[in-house]
Amino acid sequence: MSREYENDGALHAKLIEEVLSHYPDKAAKRRKKHLNVAKSGNEAGGESEVLSECDVKSNIKSIPGVMTIRGCAYAGSKGVVWGPVKDMVHISHGPVGCGQYSWSQRRNYYVGTTGVDTFGTMQFTSDFQEKDIVFGGDKKLEQIIDEIEVLFPLNNGITVQSECPIGLIGDDTEAVSRKKTKEYDKTIVPVRCEGFRGVSQSLGHHIANDAIRDWVFDKKDVKFEAGPYDVNVIGDYNIGGDAWASRILLEEIGLRVVGNWSGDATLAEIERAPKAKLNLIHCYRSMNYICRHMEEKYGVAWMEYNFFGPSQIEASLRNIAKHFGPEIEEKTEKVIAKYRPLVDAVIAKYLSRLEGNTVMLYVGGLRPRHVVTAYEDLGMVIVGTGYEFAHSDDYQRTGHYVKNGTLIYDDVTGYELEKFIEGIRPNLVGSGIKEKYPVQKMGIPFRQMHSWDYSGPYHGYDGFAIFARDVDLAINNPVWDLFHAPWKRSRGDERAMAAE
Amino acid sequence: MPQSAEKILDHAPLFREPEYRKMLAEKKLNFECPHPDEIVSDQRDFTQTWEYREKNLARKALVVNPAKACQPLGAVFAAAGFERTMSFVHGSQGCVAYYRSHLSRHFKEPAAAVSSSMTEDAAVFGGLKNMVDGLANTYQLYDPKMIAVSTTCMAEVIGDDLHSFIQNAKDEGSVPRDFDVPFAHTPAFVGSHVDGYDNMVKGILEHFWKGQERTQVEGAINIIPGFDGFCVGNNRELKRLLDVMGVSYTFIQDASDQFDTPSDGEYRMYDGGTKINEVKKALNAEATLSLQHHNTRKTLGYCEEVGQATASFHYPLGVQATDEFLMEVAAISGKEIPEAIRLERGRLVDAMADSQSWLHGKKYAIYGDPDFVHAMARFVMETGGEPTHCLATNGTSAWEADLKKLLASSPFGKAAQVWAGKDLWALRSLLFTEPVDLLIGNSYGKYLERDTGTPLIRLMFPIFDRHHHHRFALFGYQGALRVLTTILDKIFDKLDRETSETGVTDYSYDLTR
Repeated sequence: MSREYENDGALHAKLIEEVLSHYPDKAAKRRKKHLNVAKSGNEAGGESEVLSECDVKSNIKSIPGVMTIRGCAYAGSKGVVWGPVKDMVHISHGPVGCGQYSWSQRRNYYVGTTGVDTFGTMQFTSDFQEKDIVFGGDKKLEQIIDEIEVLFPLNNGITVQSECPIGLIGDDTEAVSRKKTKEYDKTIVPVRCEGFRGVSQSLGHHIANDAIRDWVFDKKDVKFEAGPYDVNVIGDYNIGGDAWASRILLEEIGLRVVGNWSGDATLAEIERAPKAKLNLIHCYRSMNYICRHMEEKYGVAWMEYNFFGPSQIEASLRNIAKHFGPEIEEKTEKVIAKYRPLVDAVIAKYLSRLEGNTVMLYVGGLRPRHVVTAYEDLGMVIVGTGYEFAHSDDYQRTGHYVKNGTLIYDDVTGYELEKFIEGIRPNLVGSGIKEKYPVQKMGIPFRQMHSWDYSGPYHGYDGFAIFARDVDLAINNPVWDLFHAPWKRSRGDERAMAAE
Repeated sequence: MPQSAEKILDHAPLFREPEYRKMLAEKKLNFECPHPDEIVSDQRDFTQTWEYREKNLARKALVVNPAKACQPLGAVFAAAGFERTMSFVHGSQGCVAYYRSHLSRHFKEPAAAVSSSMTEDAAVFGGLKNMVDGLANTYQLYDPKMIAVSTTCMAEVIGDDLHSFIQNAKDEGSVPRDFDVPFAHTPAFVGSHVDGYDNMVKGILEHFWKGQERTQVEGAINIIPGFDGFCVGNNRELKRLLDVMGVSYTFIQDASDQFDTPSDGEYRMYDGGTKINEVKKALNAEATLSLQHHNTRKTLGYCEEVGQATASFHYPLGVQATDEFLMEVAAISGKEIPEAIRLERGRLVDAMADSQSWLHGKKYAIYGDPDFVHAMARFVMETGGEPTHCLATNGTSAWEADLKKLLASSPFGKAAQVWAGKDLWALRSLLFTEPVDLLIGNSYGKYLERDTGTPLIRLMFPIFDRHHHHRFALFGYQGALRVLTTILDKIFDKLDRETSETGVTDYSYDLTR
């Protein structure tokens, strides 16, 4: 249910001009390239299905001192791609902090006996001390791997997630990994995701993908008979159970999900992935690299899909089914019909409470476009969106989702985001934990769109119902009407007084 | 179909539905290649044995589930306790995203800080340019009164020199020459967040005090609270006590308002904190008191250097620790402890006497920052409890010695064991082999609670999974009353839960306890 609307492009252009005027010249010049107003596809002469052009510079260095919201390559590798692989031990290799701050924060749900055969919500660190910096940490890493084998013998593999100092002091984690792989006959993966590499989490995703290619694929004789309907789900981290709410649908339409990357995944699911018939990729930004590799080397086709909100779910299911032919297509129509009453009931319940409400988004590399239609399915309007670490292909894809006049901000700074929100005063902001409390202080409802604000799943039909409930409870909670002390003159009155 | 619009199920109930259980069981069976159940349960049982404990405690290199963070987190927390101060962390930018998230998840509050966003080229050529541009941008965008610079381990490894970089930035006009930019080197591979706190506070004091003439004001006291996740409740409670006493005092580093701003439509990036003028004047105080000895060793050393008397405490919580703190304040300030405070003390002791039968002989495991563990162990002993395991991942040998002395002073501490430098995976073995009644720590302890069945009481930073506890004081007699009540609630709730099965335990489910 893509809704027709247009945003106030003139206001948004003015807001951009205003924020830029506060920067030192050099920074203003650089930031200008990251901010824009989406132009309608026709005006820009785009293809018919492209709604708008989102022309901003992206994936370049953040400016020092401006309060970027981005993270680092380690966050992209350990935090996003590798961390959820549940039967491996992931060593945060370096000082204690990185592992501590990322410990159990992504909500990658899994089932397993933690500390015994599963290690997801644990923090393994080499806790570097000064002597490790001075003399190098390779010996210590060997000893750590030995100790892991003694205390956690049921691990199915180990990854070494390099923190900043590793690359700077010249440690050879590859050599240690090779040696210990041989010794224990186990998969040990060194990942060069030092935080200073690249400009954001994004390079960490890429490095993590490459590590799968170089250190996992073709290393073992994988005994697995592939069936005709075998697919991998790639780039679903099972946040709040997202991958489970997706898997149930894919199985219902007759597919067999042989691997889920990497939420609730085991190493075995990664190893056998090249044998599947199709890779279904949800988070394109973090895992397109390995899909391209599997296509090139093993001939596994890949397809992007979107399981946020009924419009996209239906379109995606049909698109996936088309790949497998009439039998699956028929089942798919039945599944869509089966869930239709749920969708209708959810929309009937919430549309009148949410219709016309405006939303600003600022998330990572996928959701700033992928969730747009889910809000629109509930009658809501997306007025601004932006990514922490998107590349230009993401902004191209964004054009399929956002309407003319939408405010677009890449690698937004704390200052810009605050001013944009103040200027637009949307009914809801969807972003991360660092943004949550400033926005709420301004009296504007907020939902965390990385962690689902401790709720979820949001994928699939089951997830859409939860998403609708959560958006409603955020916007329509009575607390937002209590901000103003009744004995103080209202802010409107004060403004009127000031104008006199 | 488990989901319906009338009764929407989110993750907790949804995945317990039969459709999902079946799906997950089949996923495991067909695709996960798991170890056989028997091997998993054997290994699980093995992790609960003395044999496993010995292997676990023999670890030399691997650290699993540590209860400590890195220095710059402490520096960012420290800077948040000064008027309109922006933290500027020199090094990789991801670190700053982590500190901000970590603080926000605990306080449920905004946490502002900027990074100099160093990348590979800065790793090769140094981060001077990042400092020069960064300070200019921060100064112009965020209108701070002071920018407090600390470092990530990247900047430390490549050896960037903050003093000369800041000078260079001032020479290039990034900030006015007289603008305050104190700094501290805070390498993540030395110590922990409590040392980062120490270094940053010392850096700020040095910045304002160095080369200044000191004219002692008799009876004036500085108070440095240390890294404290309960600063919101604690600092306010302590100020109340000092105000009741009529003491002239300055909190050096006070994040109680910064991490507790009101919701009234305005986002305050800065709120409260020690005024810069007060920091300057604090040089003249007669004495500086640290509320957390192990958080402030360098800072107190510097205070002594400038000629101040110093005294330090271990998180003034409980009866005797509060007594000692107040008597020290009374001695320095020359003010008497008023009757109102004696009555407060009496009310706490009254409460402890009322409940002593439920507390006497209870065994505890306590972990957290060094001074907190010291304080909790002491209070537990005051209630007749036994602190069986006292663990601080960031505890030093000096901490261990201090604490052992305290434990030796009471019959309730006789069986206590002190674990300096050990982590929570080690504590897991300790809890299995030498069980206790209650575990006192932070949110990370919930995994220990799940595995070992030991009820967890959250009284230590960080608390992510419970709300607002940090808004209430643990310090002083009032704080102790709250700690006492929290412990008792945990004991009574457990007893009720264990005796609530109708037809089985109709006895013991008492109305009055």
